[in-house]
Amino acid sequence: MTSATAPAAQAPLTAAWSDPKRYLWLLGLVVPLIPVIGWGLAEATGLGVMWWFGPAFVFGVIPLLDMAIGKDSANPPDSAIEWLEQDRYYRWCTYLFLPLQFASLAFACWMWSSGDLAVLESLGLALSVGMVGGIAINTAHELGHKRKQAERWLSKIALAQTGYGHFFIEHNRGHHVRVATPEDPASSRMGESFYAFLPRTVWGSLKSALHLEKVRLGRMGKPFVSVHNDVLNAWAMTIVLFAALTVIFGVEILPWLAVQAVVGFSLLEVVNYLEHYGLLRGKREDGRYELTRPEHSWNSENVASNVFLYHLQRHSDHHANPLRRYQALRAYEDLPELPSGYATMIVYAYLTPVWRRVMDPKVLAHYGGDVTRANIQPRKRERLLAKYGSSGGARPASARR
Amino acid sequence: MAAYRCPACEYVYEEEAGEPREGFPAGTPWSDVPDDWTCPDCAVREKVDFEAVSA
Repeated sequence: MTSATAPAAQAPLTAAWSDPKRYLWLLGLVVPLIPVIGWGLAEATGLGVMWWFGPAFVFGVIPLLDMAIGKDSANPPDSAIEWLEQDRYYRWCTYLFLPLQFASLAFACWMWSSGDLAVLESLGLALSVGMVGGIAINTAHELGHKRKQAERWLSKIALAQTGYGHFFIEHNRGHHVRVATPEDPASSRMGESFYAFLPRTVWGSLKSALHLEKVRLGRMGKPFVSVHNDVLNAWAMTIVLFAALTVIFGVEILPWLAVQAVVGFSLLEVVNYLEHYGLLRGKREDGRYELTRPEHSWNSENVASNVFLYHLQRHSDHHANPLRRYQALRAYEDLPELPSGYATMIVYAYLTPVWRRVMDPKVLAHYGGDVTRANIQPRKRERLLAKYGSSGGARPASARR
Repeated sequence: MAAYRCPACEYVYEEEAGEPREGFPAGTPWSDVPDDWTCPDCAVREKVDFEAVSA
């Protein structure tokens, strides 16, 4: 809704511009249907391997689409931002993810309990459900950054499937404050493999979330264990959800629920791994870190990954304006850019030598050849300094700043 | 009473209203809010960055 006092000159411009991605956002609703699509494919072809459709879609189909469709850095004109943010259609694209997500989870539980699936088929289904749970954390991320309490509640509900309710506290109040510093468990360091990052971020984020709530509840004079603890009440939702599913479908689904939850939050954490790898905020004279700037996040403009992840890859703008709704996030020039979309980069992250070969030179180039300006894994510091030189600017500087 | 605005987003801390969810009941003066308290909406800026809003 544009305000009534908007300059008249802007009106025709706003009316003339239409959002090219408007209906593409509906594709995000394909994600929660992944397990059902897998079932459909298995039924249609008679091939049990189709239960593995989820990982094949995320690690195969989306990277291929990223390659085939390529990039789009187009931004909405400034005059369109306000109505774009206010248009409720975009919100419903994210809200509708939730009923589909839980219908899909119930469907999977029904399949697991039916006894019709071989163990490997059940495992494929658990991985497929995990893909939904992981991408649901991205939906929760979009909803959790909003001012409205109702959207924050939806965020917690979306996190219930993976038991990651503490994410909405730690991400908003921890990660956003400490991003691109060695203190942030969710910012990966140069030289740190995904497999070293995973336990550090899972454990560190959990501790941080509990600490943030402890401090907040302490100020309120409320006990740590109470319904007001947003970490504990979010986890309680997972317990209620899993208990209800167990009562309906039987205890045999519990191992699969555990598998899909681990797969789900691990998918979220590999995305975290991509977003700030090696990037470091400098310290100011007063000892505080400089403000988070656009160059402290990796971005990608690949259309397919962006559509399935609600513009998460426009990550610099997200960190500058965390409350901005996904449809209004903007691309900027001269930002750290990943060589491909998130879906492809995830596959690289799983293959540590490939990741290092692709990304370490990118980090180095970003810092003008001065590796000491990067956020370096302490254990790897000596090795990286020896490899890339310890003197600033020894290599020809190809990067800005 | 005074009010202070986060320079990154539109959040305003009003002393009169406080921010009970954050543990600052209505009437909590700005000086009682710790320096490292981050904006509850965007978490991009901290208390020391907030700007006084003229009444």
